[in-house]
Amino acid sequence: MDIAAQSIEGGFADPVFNAQTVFRAVMDAMARPGSVQPLPALAHPPAPLSATAGAVALALCDNDTPLWLDPALQVSAVKSWLGFHTGAPLANTPADAHFALIATPAEMMALDGFSQGTQDYPDRSTTLILEVGDLISGAALLLEGPGIEKTATIAPAQMPRHFVEQWKQNNQRFPRGVDIILATFDAIACLPRTTRIKMMEA
Amino acid sequence: MRGREAREQAERKAVMATLAQSAGDDIVRLWDEAGLPCEAELLRGPETGLVTVRGRIGGGGAPFNVGEATVTRATVRLASGHVGHCYALGRDKQKARLAAIADALWQDPAHRNEVEIRIVAPLQAALAKAREQRRAETAATKVDFFTMVRGED
Amino acid sequence: MYVAVKGGETAIRNAHKLLADRRRGDRSVPALRLDQIVEQLALGVDRVMSEGSLYDRELAALAIVQARGDMIEAIFLVRAYRTTLPRFGYTRAIDTGTMLVERRVSATYKDLPGGQLLGPTFDYTHRLLDPELAAGGDVAEPEQRAGEAEAMPRVSAILAREGLIEPDGDMPGDHVPGDITREPLEFPMARDIRLQALSRGDEGFLLALGYSTQRGYARNHPFVGEVRIGEVELELDVPELPFAVPLGSIRVTECQMVNQFKGSAKAPPQFTRGYGLVFGQSERKAMAMALCDRALRASELGEDVIAAAQDEEFVISHSDNVQATGFVEHLKLPHYVDFQAELDLVRRIRTEHDARENAGKDEEKRQAAE
Repeated sequence: MDIAAQSIEGGFADPVFNAQTVFRAVMDAMARPGSVQPLPALAHPPAPLSATAGAVALALCDNDTPLWLDPALQVSAVKSWLGFHTGAPLANTPADAHFALIATPAEMMALDGFSQGTQDYPDRSTTLILEVGDLISGAALLLEGPGIEKTATIAPAQMPRHFVEQWKQNNQRFPRGVDIILATFDAIACLPRTTRIKMMEA
Repeated sequence: MRGREAREQAERKAVMATLAQSAGDDIVRLWDEAGLPCEAELLRGPETGLVTVRGRIGGGGAPFNVGEATVTRATVRLASGHVGHCYALGRDKQKARLAAIADALWQDPAHRNEVEIRIVAPLQAALAKAREQRRAETAATKVDFFTMVRGED
Repeated sequence: MYVAVKGGETAIRNAHKLLADRRRGDRSVPALRLDQIVEQLALGVDRVMSEGSLYDRELAALAIVQARGDMIEAIFLVRAYRTTLPRFGYTRAIDTGTMLVERRVSATYKDLPGGQLLGPTFDYTHRLLDPELAAGGDVAEPEQRAGEAEAMPRVSAILAREGLIEPDGDMPGDHVPGDITREPLEFPMARDIRLQALSRGDEGFLLALGYSTQRGYARNHPFVGEVRIGEVELELDVPELPFAVPLGSIRVTECQMVNQFKGSAKAPPQFTRGYGLVFGQSERKAMAMALCDRALRASELGEDVIAAAQDEEFVISHSDNVQATGFVEHLKLPHYVDFQAELDLVRRIRTEHDARENAGKDEEKRQAAE
């Protein structure tokens, strides 16, 4: 009963407008990589899924988008919450996933393990939603590319290992490659595959 | 224990089937007559969407997608904490909400009998009658072949 | 150069207002209600549901009224509407063997279990227009016949006992049914995807192709093994419930076409099958679909592909009447710039042509003079 109750509570209070709010934030964050888009806690998923990552999942996922969860999120309450509110099936492998939710990016598998899309359909790659503590306390990333006038800087905490090197490889696969949504407890920022990470400062 | 659980699930499914098959107006009328509570917290919907209907190649082979159908669903929670669901073909949101409440009330031992007797039983009787009538009307068009004897002696 | 031309807003607005007026027609005639269309033009509603690929009678009826009875326009409206709805999932595959049968006939077996049930058919009517219907008289209640309900196994199960008919079409175990509403068409395609396309295909187009196979273009000796019409129950697996949730019933028409087959390098002599399954009571469509399904299996069965009905790309690419009408009808929209460019081109070619002609004539004259 507890899990059942947890799984049905905490969805969008106002599904249409809440989903639009989240979608707008994701769209703006993708259009201006590195910009930080604040997002109120519109969803209340069971732990360890964060409110922000949960809201992004509710806005973007549905029955047609297989979803992959990292080991930390393989919790039955999280699975049934996502199942009830999005209808998204769980992907068998990361390469089948349209979206991936990752609670512990520092321990995540390599980016090239996810679907990279095809040359004909590069849109079929996985969009990764990474839960990060904040966007200021990690190693600084200097960003360049479409949607950035000169440069932008973010410093997400707890990023994947060898992230800058992995991202360079992701860039080289263009037009294929993954896109990343970084979700803190109250904001999101995005790294689309077109963004280049120029250098990293200590 | 497992047997009881399975039986209970089968009964609940049958109740949901009856509600889904019945017309919204009939459910509303019986609900009003029964004076059952119709307050519940809406956890999801009522909302209308699609399901893709699947058939099988040759009738029994591999599945394929035939087309879509409109479905309206609702999920409610009663003050007692019981959660009820409804999925039904069509776009009748009031029906979906009431059917979800009926599903929740049915799970509450305090209300199960009342739901069974006042709502489900009359609906089921009406459905069975309509079904039997349709079957009998079709049966009247059954061809009875007579063997004709040809030629003399 | 591309010149954008703006204008016509008032004309468009007024045209739509005029459309609304003409749709309503003479105001002294009562307006149609949707329930009248659902009840009394039921087969038109069924066609819009099957080719609109959306089972919802009231919506189909609304589309028919809105389209002034233009069926392809109504189908277009339904297709457009369905794109606005979220999808909850794929139902469990329906079981036509447990159908509440309203009509069931077989042309191959007289005494099949469950019998031949004519149901509400046009067959054996005299096709004489009925003045009584025009006068709007009362209609008698239908007859009823009591008796135990009989099981009605699909006819394919009966033939299968002798081993002379191929089994139901199978796919590899891990095959996920394709979905043309999600993935673009790719040729060659698997049979499941082809059936989805045929099920929403244009009745007239499939009928003509089916007819062509009977007239010798990909002859395949068809018999109607069975046509059945009736209601089947739908169930959907949802994450929040431990059992498949029942959704209610829909009416479908199923056709099992049985075809004599001499055998080939790929398959022994036997009866092969074509399958049709469509929304509503749509017998002609289900039969045409089954004929096309069988014809399109030519390559699979090792037959020569010699006729239009066997050409998968031809049949499937042109069977969707919404796509077809969109591409044909777009020709009437402004093509002023395209045409202007072609006009310039033809003028230039003509000038060159005339110049060549004249040069040729001058040459002839000169030679004649010499």
